[in-house]
Amino acid sequence: MMRYDPDPKMNPMPVQDPAVRSRNFSEVALGYDEATAVKEAGRCLHCKNRPCVEGCPVGVAIPEFIALVAEGKFEEAYAVIRETSSLPAVCGRVCPQERQCESKCTRGIKHEPVGIGRLERFVADYHMAHAPVPAPVPPRTEGKRVAVVGSGPAGLACAGDLAKLGYAVTVFEALHVAGGVLVYGIPEFRLPKAIVRREVEGLRALGVEFVTDAVAGRAFTVGELKTEFGFDAVFLGTGAGLPKFMNIPGENAKGVFSANEYLTRVNLMGAYEEDCETPLYRAARVAVVGGGNVAMDAARCARRMGAEVTVVYRRSEAELPARREEAEHAKEEGVSFLFLTNPVEVLADESGKVRALKCVEMALGEPDASGRRRPVEVKGSEREIEADCVIMALGTSPNPLVTRTTEGLAAKPRGEIVADDGGRTSLDGVFAGGDAVTGSATVILAMGAGKAAAKSIDEYLRSEK
Amino acid sequence: MFRILAKEKLNPTVTRMEIEAPLAARKAQAGQFVILRADERGERIPLTIAGTDRERGSVTVIYQIVGGATMALERREAGECIPDLVGPLGTPTEVEGLHNVAVVGGGVGCAIALPVARRLHELGARVTSVVGFRSRELVILEEEFRSYSDRFFMATDDGSCGERGNVCGPLGRLLAAGERFDRVIAIGPLVMMKFVAELTKKYGVPTVASMNPIMIDGTGMCGCCRVSVGGEMKFACVDGPDFDAHRIDFDEAISRAKLYADFEARAREKGCNLMKKGVQ
Repeated sequence: MMRYDPDPKMNPMPVQDPAVRSRNFSEVALGYDEATAVKEAGRCLHCKNRPCVEGCPVGVAIPEFIALVAEGKFEEAYAVIRETSSLPAVCGRVCPQERQCESKCTRGIKHEPVGIGRLERFVADYHMAHAPVPAPVPPRTEGKRVAVVGSGPAGLACAGDLAKLGYAVTVFEALHVAGGVLVYGIPEFRLPKAIVRREVEGLRALGVEFVTDAVAGRAFTVGELKTEFGFDAVFLGTGAGLPKFMNIPGENAKGVFSANEYLTRVNLMGAYEEDCETPLYRAARVAVVGGGNVAMDAARCARRMGAEVTVVYRRSEAELPARREEAEHAKEEGVSFLFLTNPVEVLADESGKVRALKCVEMALGEPDASGRRRPVEVKGSEREIEADCVIMALGTSPNPLVTRTTEGLAAKPRGEIVADDGGRTSLDGVFAGGDAVTGSATVILAMGAGKAAAKSIDEYLRSEK
Repeated sequence: MFRILAKEKLNPTVTRMEIEAPLAARKAQAGQFVILRADERGERIPLTIAGTDRERGSVTVIYQIVGGATMALERREAGECIPDLVGPLGTPTEVEGLHNVAVVGGGVGCAIALPVARRLHELGARVTSVVGFRSRELVILEEEFRSYSDRFFMATDDGSCGERGNVCGPLGRLLAAGERFDRVIAIGPLVMMKFVAELTKKYGVPTVASMNPIMIDGTGMCGCCRVSVGGEMKFACVDGPDFDAHRIDFDEAISRAKLYADFEARAREKGCNLMKKGVQ
């Protein structure tokens, strides 16, 4: 019988000092060392009913990998995670564990749950530091061929599983680097790009071919991938890339950006680096509108670029959709929050540049369809918030390029591709998953959808003669 | 990697480059654009396609050196490779079913207007080309324009070539004389397109303008290229770049185009003296 560590608190993960990190783009959280990981793993009760596994969207064998960590068998623990998760180093960093696995942890009923996310991250990092970098092999050309459109979490997971099953997989990416939201959206200080590169290299070592600068729906249609390019099946993991705006007056003033644009400039194009050619709008006071992870990422990037930053969110702190850790980190770094506040107009100076954000106060009313209490405007509560830059982080909807150009592909009115749990769409041999199907969600859900689709594609190709 | 097959200077700051890019060349049509990068750390540069050779699998772009990124591109020579070129992006210019069209080009915008004129000519439309430049030494593509046009007019600001003035001179006279174009297609500096739109509106002639705003990805992701058209927010990269010129908020577009003017100016100062003798 394994003895467990009764410590009521999760072992803290070392982080960079807030005063230092709010001026750099190096990773904020530094991860457990071996001794702390073993100690934290000792807190697991190994419950028979494994509630944590139910909380994981892809069903990682959590107690099993934690048992191996407790024994110091880190590589073996990694192998257990890899059976169900394609991107452990990524998920260990960006999953909202407090709403998934850790929310179900028995230890969490009375005390703090086991730090499952921190342990996953430790195991993945241990593997990266100790396992040799796999050498890329030439793209596989024999056998049945699958085209994966989009190289975000859904596409990478799908490509990896299909390659392991022996299919020749080609991933098409519209941008100049592979990784999708993992490279253009999530900042370096939360998910180092080296980790994403390593995951992509891992897929190349399985014979997956990556074609960057290839935009589906324009350079080729989904139908042509089958008829002209000779693919036997297609997976659409095109994500939700289209930014939403508020449709309030003044939104086209100079200094109003979508979070996508701001983050892409900073992350993908490296605008935070001294010698970078990519221009970034220099602002002293930035207002970020929204309360999700993307809003936190944008706020923390702006902070690192030297601005005073305020997050403006229309509901209260309790409803904040961001990961708790991200919101806490943002606060520690000096980001301020205005809750129950909603912008109604962007005010510009005579040169067309943002000078303030006009907002109203909100009060929480009856619960809406999402179960959260609906914010309603408080009459006569208008006020101006001084700002020279406004970043809109209101969520994204699926990019319309593929659905507009693919005849017969069923999509919902807002552009989400219609697909079942196995990723099957209305078109024969065409599968889809991730944000392109669900609208903006999480990395782990997209990865899970990519894996489910890989299974369906395998079944489809086996049944096909 | 994408190989540069040919490079030719058209005037002191405008260069034509043919680049091998089979995927982009497959379907490229007049009015669409590509985004390229000159080097691994470079910016993404959106450039409208000036020509396509499907057999050679190449696209041709014509660019003006305006800042750091285009200067870096200018340093690339024929035979060398650039790391990225993606396209075709945007929707093609609508040319089907038109019979009598005025193609209005200004400055380096003529590079984009030319394939439109050529396509209309191939489809049998009557093409009237009206092109404008600042002065004689900046004139580009005159011969090519003449060969695809039924009528050709040129204006320069200083009168050193063609008539003195701008494109609204010849265009205004044609309209005043009762010319019934079924479409005017304007491609050039925002101010030029704004004045062309004001002129043709008086005569009720349907007019489209090709917008060239700042953008990053070109697939609808960044929202940087938003343009107000009839009070609605449109993304030039996926909804455009062509829009109904009578409904575009040109003043807003002109303001937004200057977003990074300071940044570009610094890049130019660091870069070279070329701009001092150049356009704009």
